[in-house]
Amino acid sequence: MPDVNREERGLQLKEKAFKNTLVIFALLSVVVLLAIFITLLFSSMPSLKALGISFFYNKDWDPVADNFGALPFLLGTLITSFLALIISTPFSIAIALFLGEYYKKGIMAEIFKNMIDLLAGIPSVIYGFWGLFVLVPLVRSLEMKLGVAPYGVGIFTASLVLSIMILPYSVSLSRQVISMMPGHLKEAAYSLGATRLEVITKITIPYTRSGLFAGLLLALGRALGETMAVTMLIGNSHILPTGIFSAGNTMASVIANEFSEATGTVYTSALIEMGLFLFVVVTVINIIGKQVIKRFTA
Amino acid sequence: MKQQQINKESETTGAMLRHIRIRNRKNYLFKALIIGATVMCTLPLLFILFYIFRQGITAINWQFFTSLPKPVGETGGGISNAIVGSILILLLSCVMAIPFGVGIGIYLSESPKSRLSYYGRLSVDVLQGIPSIVIGIIIYQWVVRPMGGFSAFSGSVALALMMLPSIVKSTEETLKLLPESLKEASLALGVPYYKTIMKVIVPTGLSGILTGVILSISRVIGETAPLLFTAFGNPFMSTDIFKPISSLPLIIFNYATSPYHDWHQLAWGASLILIVIILILNIISKIVQRKWKVQF
Repeated sequence: MPDVNREERGLQLKEKAFKNTLVIFALLSVVVLLAIFITLLFSSMPSLKALGISFFYNKDWDPVADNFGALPFLLGTLITSFLALIISTPFSIAIALFLGEYYKKGIMAEIFKNMIDLLAGIPSVIYGFWGLFVLVPLVRSLEMKLGVAPYGVGIFTASLVLSIMILPYSVSLSRQVISMMPGHLKEAAYSLGATRLEVITKITIPYTRSGLFAGLLLALGRALGETMAVTMLIGNSHILPTGIFSAGNTMASVIANEFSEATGTVYTSALIEMGLFLFVVVTVINIIGKQVIKRFTA
Repeated sequence: MKQQQINKESETTGAMLRHIRIRNRKNYLFKALIIGATVMCTLPLLFILFYIFRQGITAINWQFFTSLPKPVGETGGGISNAIVGSILILLLSCVMAIPFGVGIGIYLSESPKSRLSYYGRLSVDVLQGIPSIVIGIIIYQWVVRPMGGFSAFSGSVALALMMLPSIVKSTEETLKLLPESLKEASLALGVPYYKTIMKVIVPTGLSGILTGVILSISRVIGETAPLLFTAFGNPFMSTDIFKPISSLPLIIFNYATSPYHDWHQLAWGASLILIVIILILNIISKIVQRKWKVQF
């Protein structure tokens, strides 16, 4: 029966090819990630060599003189991200409690859950556009009242939009964590006569603390790398930010503004070095966040 | 003496009642606070949607879809080049991302405990978190520089890289839910492994995979940052994948930051179209999820 044999062999060949293809695909995902890291590292070598560690504390960014210091952008990124986090955290915890504790099911929960999801679906560039035409005049009139220079655009405006944009990311995780809370702990507290508020503040929040923290970390990771809306609203100034109303720049917005026009090896590679730095920081934050969740759910 | 004791007792019960009343009041106040904060957070969404609808609806007419943008100073014009560009870029990136994404997802669900799976899953997680601007840099170095110029193709590669993680995730999650007995039944009938996967497992989980693909499209359709130095934008109609091309988010960015009112009008119209497309994609994904839900 040579015919059957040949068929058998063909089948085995196909089987092997299929399995190997799957393995190659999976390997590819690892290879791509490594390749991204190596590409960023190699492309930022000229700047690493020329500028060294001074890149991070030099406050002058002067492409004409080949003098590159990322301190203003580093500060800009940190201030906008943390300000956005501070603004959005109370709201994200409130929504998480609303969806995970007060209204777990029903039409209200569905409506608000879909709306928060939609918030994540609006493109960054549209947030920026809307901010430019609606938020900037509002902030400008606020600045006039406060007596600071009324630019309208600046770190505060960018943080405000950023806080709306990162809200869905921390909500989705905090909601899951809060709704996964074991019922018997809460019931024990209720049976001792605790009110719902007391159960939330004394049982639910302490118990879910690490999960809520992970949600904040993931939101922070989003905020650090957010580009378009921030680029449109932060004012794009290369000086060191002096306050939350001053114009500034973040690492991502500098890359977006200058990368396609950058000439000279060191200039381009300085921009890529900022990309590398962003990549490393965001990746570390994401991995820590994921580990915290894993420990929480395990 | 006795009267005194009774007085004291009623005093303590009174104090306790007061205390309970305060605790209850705090409880209600907190609930009101939570509801208030939640409602407040949805206001920006409603404002944004309302504002874009109001501004965009006046810009949209037949010409808007069929003609090219006019130079500064002339009213009218459309964004046909951006619509064609967006469709072309997305189609190309689907062609690239779907086979790899589904393949990796199948591997992860088929051998969940292997070492490669662990690292693969980690890489996909990390890939998902990479800031979109960094993806732009990477594709510039990988595709744009070797090919000698901005191109629609490089833009598609960037978007495909961004679509990949969510396709992998949805494929893995869906296939993991399928009962082992399904696969065993097929293998017991003598169906080879690859046919079991391609003809039994994947079609059964198709709704989940499709939902993931649609959601990933809706997520990258508005991405601007990775296209800035890849697809770059083009004021003319182009269908050549090796030339710079325009797309909806790029046109919004360029026109929104310009000082001309006519261009702002075009950008509002483009924003409205983008939002409507994203809404429709989200609704389709919900319908697919519900209609073809895997049931056992």
